Amino acid sequence: MITREDVEHISWLASIKITDEEKDEFVGQFNSILEYFHQLDEVETEGIEPTYRVVDLANIFRDDTTSKSLSQEEALKNAPRRENGYFKSPRIV
Amino acid sequence: MLAHLKEQLSAGSAEDYLQSLFEKIKKSKLNAFTTLAEESALAKAREFDKKPWGGLLAGIPVAIKECISTKGIETNCSSRIMRGYVPPYDAHVVERLKSEGAIIMGKTNMDEFAMGTSTETSAFGPTKNPWDRSCVPGGSSGGSAACVAAAEAPCSLGSDTGGSVRCPASFCGAVGLKPTYGLVSRFGLVAYANSLEQIGPLTSTVEDTALLMEVIAGHDWRDSTSAEKGSYLPGLEDGIKGLRIGIPKEYFGEGVNKEVEKAVWDAILKLEDLGATRREVSLPHTKYALAAYYVIAMSEASSNLARFDGLRYGPRSGEDKDWHTTYSEIRSQGFGPEVKRRILLGTYALSAGYYGRYYLKALKVRTLIKEDFLKAFKDVDLLASPTMPIPAFKIGERINDPLSLYMADVFTVPINLAGVPAVSIPCGFAGRLPIGLQLMGPHFGEAAVLRAAQAFEAATPFHKARPEVV
Repeated sequence: MITREDVEHISWLASIKITDEEKDEFVGQFNSILEYFHQLDEVETEGIEPTYRVVDLANIFRDDTTSKSLSQEEALKNAPRRENGYFKSPRIV
Repeated sequence: MLAHLKEQLSAGSAEDYLQSLFEKIKKSKLNAFTTLAEESALAKAREFDKKPWGGLLAGIPVAIKECISTKGIETNCSSRIMRGYVPPYDAHVVERLKSEGAIIMGKTNMDEFAMGTSTETSAFGPTKNPWDRSCVPGGSSGGSAACVAAAEAPCSLGSDTGGSVRCPASFCGAVGLKPTYGLVSRFGLVAYANSLEQIGPLTSTVEDTALLMEVIAGHDWRDSTSAEKGSYLPGLEDGIKGLRIGIPKEYFGEGVNKEVEKAVWDAILKLEDLGATRREVSLPHTKYALAAYYVIAMSEASSNLARFDGLRYGPRSGEDKDWHTTYSEIRSQGFGPEVKRRILLGTYALSAGYYGRYYLKALKVRTLIKEDFLKAFKDVDLLASPTMPIPAFKIGERINDPLSLYMADVFTVPINLAGVPAVSIPCGFAGRLPIGLQLMGPHFGEAAVLRAAQAFEAATPFHKARPEVV
């Protein structure tokens, strides 16, 4: 069972502030969805390898050469707040 | 249809044609488009009319799903958190379309971040089904399917993470292909669940889907999972004599609408008439596909969507507070309820103590589901089933019950877990709502899938039916 406190903790982990109404709504919905997920417990998976990707490709290399990239102006164009050619973030410390 | 249109445009006027589409879209009540690239598209069309260029799609307008990056045209995934974002580069598929002479006409509505089966979670409001405006068009590529079905665009691109091309193709009566994982580069596709999703075409005919695949498939160094392309147009009309079709017994029966089941069986019998053979097969882990899919998709979503912080693009208002509070408030205002649900549940599934129970378990079940398909394809060339267990449902009918909405994806998600290709083609009607037949093939088996779809289309009238749209 997932509780209201669990939902608060997850929303903190996910960095999404949620309202009291959302908390109430999510507790019920999450419990019914997780209950549905629990049918996976019925499947015997002893010795079965997990599939992270369906196409077996590994270690794809390319030549280490320089090429044109976005200009600073293009990269910053969509930023709502910027300063001296940088993205401006809120204070971290 | 596109081959014919290409001839018409080269002989006539691409500008007039495009103008007529824009007029139709502006009068339309479907809400299929989010952004029209009128200025750039009309300028390109005038250039074409002055001096027509070549290419597989010379002069042809293409509509692009909101989550595929288009240089200079807003790309916002139908989400408030990306409002106003104008990409400084094109997705690989858009580069390929342009290099074959196509004109990008605008962006189509979708479920927010492709999370949905109905296009109702869009921040721009729902798209409506052209056959019945009180019904959903399917999702998440609902805009891309509705605009093609209503002839507001000759063709479009969507993306398919758990059925998002095939479901709206089925509900709107269009052709929609989910290619083999890796066949089409995901460079420039805004990631939702990157181990599952592929970009795919939505068109009016099978031939047009094959044509678009010739253009968008193939290796791109910027997507390290991308593979070399095959060949789709040559041999398309070679017929299906001797083709072995498997009928997965888990895809019929309980939970499938009777009219859907009948139309799909009629389609299978038609394929038999056309020379294919049929046998029943079993994909025993089908029952667990939905749960495994949603655990994996939500987990990947929680990771992929962590990047939306409001710093590099998107709306940001008010005074900055400390970093975590500012970030949490931007994300709270920017994401809609379904996106929040999936990020939170994914965060939970990946959190300490639960990783093994949910995420790792789902990945192991994914192995079993993939093996079901590999085993079936030892005995048969293709599999046939309904695309969706039901025809389009009413707008508002399921949106408040997330689990009932997820259940509608029961026949589409196994394909993404296994990474195999599947197409949905029109095969009948329930009342006036279209029904889709799903044909699935082995990895990189697109040529056979499309050949069977072409044989069926050539022998049936369903793709010719058009909704009366106002």
